[in-house]
Amino acid sequence: MRTFLLYQRLLIKMNDLNNISLSEIIKLVKSKKISSLELANHFINNIKKGKKLNSFITTCFDQTINDSKNFDKKQNFDGLLPGIPIAVKDLFCTKNIKTTAGSKILENFVPTYESTVTSNLWKEGAILLGKLNCDEFAMGSSNETSFFGNVLNPLENNLVPGGSSGGSATALTASLTPATIGTDTGGSIRQPASFTGTVGLKPTYGLCSRWGIVAFASSLDQAGPMTKNVEDCALMLEAMSGYDKKDSTSINRKKENYSKNLKRSIKGIKIGIPKEYRVDNMPKEIEQLWKNGIDILKKSGAKIIDISLPHTKYALPTYYIVAPAEASSNLARYDGIKYGYRSKKGNNLIEMYEHTRAEGFGDEVKRRVLIGTYVLSSGYYDAYYLKAQKVRKLIKGDFDNSFKEIDAILTPSTPSSAFKIGEKANDPISMYLNDIFTVPVNLAGLPAISIPAGKDHKGYPLGLQLISKELEEQKILNIAFAMEKEIDFKQTLNRWWE
Amino acid sequence: MPIDKSQVKKVAKLSRISLDDSKLESLSKDLVSILNFVEQLNKLDTNEIKPLTSIIDKSLDTRDDTVSDGQIKDQILKNSPEKNEDFFIVPKVVD
Repeated sequence: MRTFLLYQRLLIKMNDLNNISLSEIIKLVKSKKISSLELANHFINNIKKGKKLNSFITTCFDQTINDSKNFDKKQNFDGLLPGIPIAVKDLFCTKNIKTTAGSKILENFVPTYESTVTSNLWKEGAILLGKLNCDEFAMGSSNETSFFGNVLNPLENNLVPGGSSGGSATALTASLTPATIGTDTGGSIRQPASFTGTVGLKPTYGLCSRWGIVAFASSLDQAGPMTKNVEDCALMLEAMSGYDKKDSTSINRKKENYSKNLKRSIKGIKIGIPKEYRVDNMPKEIEQLWKNGIDILKKSGAKIIDISLPHTKYALPTYYIVAPAEASSNLARYDGIKYGYRSKKGNNLIEMYEHTRAEGFGDEVKRRVLIGTYVLSSGYYDAYYLKAQKVRKLIKGDFDNSFKEIDAILTPSTPSSAFKIGEKANDPISMYLNDIFTVPVNLAGLPAISIPAGKDHKGYPLGLQLISKELEEQKILNIAFAMEKEIDFKQTLNRWWE
Repeated sequence: MPIDKSQVKKVAKLSRISLDDSKLESLSKDLVSILNFVEQLNKLDTNEIKPLTSIIDKSLDTRDDTVSDGQIKDQILKNSPEKNEDFFIVPKVVD
């Protein structure tokens, strides 16, 4: 019997762990077919073999092993994530573990506290594997702005994984972590999910606490799950969300059982198709992908309704006023005094500030801080910032109006598949255009999920996005769950990086 | 031209970011293209629209004005690049 069990364990380790979902791994742990320590060793081994991908900034293997041994000793399977090793984006503060936000200015920052969202994961039994690379201060759509170098997409070694949660998307896709969390200010979860063939959800603003997350644009930032399938996504969202009195914009309501209430339900649901998302020069493949998604919904009994979100084209310019304005205020704290990098140059306090920030911030962060400072400065505030907040109201109004007659909106997640490293690095605007379908959701504070829905002619994955009104995460999870089954997206990786 | 080099210099000063001339050139170019891009918003008449002040339908929570933590001086000073006993060290400010 003992030999048989050992044999069974070996089989699990060798064949399956890279190809099964978080939910299936949890079943193995609960039925004692695998221990937390065995899991930890498996993922640590994958991380060590996956160095080329550059998806990790920091690992903490001693702590991981220790925590997993402790879990195995206590054998408490009550949590949603019992003994599961998980890596998180390096934007979440982790107590006594370096947290860099992908920036030189925080290169040696070791928080003395834990973010609410990560501490929620640990309360459910999860164990920290390490901290994942991202664009500097989450400002980027390709993970090329990280001080710690760009991350590679597991699909091909010259391809970006998207951004800003690029390290998270890559580590998940390459099975260096069974699930992960990212943050999404303008598409930073959904776009990399789309570029890697994985699932990513941006929750309603206020569903997940922002406390302890390095701030980028506080009225837009939300943390959310990135997973291999919809079931895992529901589970991770359930684990990480919840009211937090330390975040004054946190929504105080009963916690939902997203995973328990997950069901494939489309019949009778009304899906809006916004005509404004049919943008100029949209690749035919994206158009086809969208059409296929609509056909699947129709076949499953959904009612398709053409809708109009007339201010959609103003979302991106609005975002590139609001987000930099908030960033320039948030990043004012990096002064080389209280924490973070300090330049040795400068003859007085002001010069020290100026050199610290010049040396500590990368180009994209500088661009956004300067834009933000400019649009908030005296004489320009009304023309830019106030104007943008008025247009933001119109954009939110478009969604509010359409949700009076529909349940959810279906759009493509991105206007293209993953692009090559360096392809858009020299043109900020063409990089910004990546977020054209994701940004409106952040401006309106709504939840949205991206699911893998097909591939382009190069074999690169493409995603579809479902948007609902605020706090209806369960609805889009259920629709996505049903679509996932019909789409049956499959991706095989040759693990070239090992 | 929404912004010229002297304005970029001024904004850099306000942002407390030192810029050398080579950086100034490329950054000015980028800022011009970003500002040109966002100026599309001017096509929209928003005279009658009230600006958005909150995206969530609730007023912000307030808390009692009482001390809920404290005694964490060591934690606060821990990540400081330069400190001395109970103080952050900064370059000399007054002569």
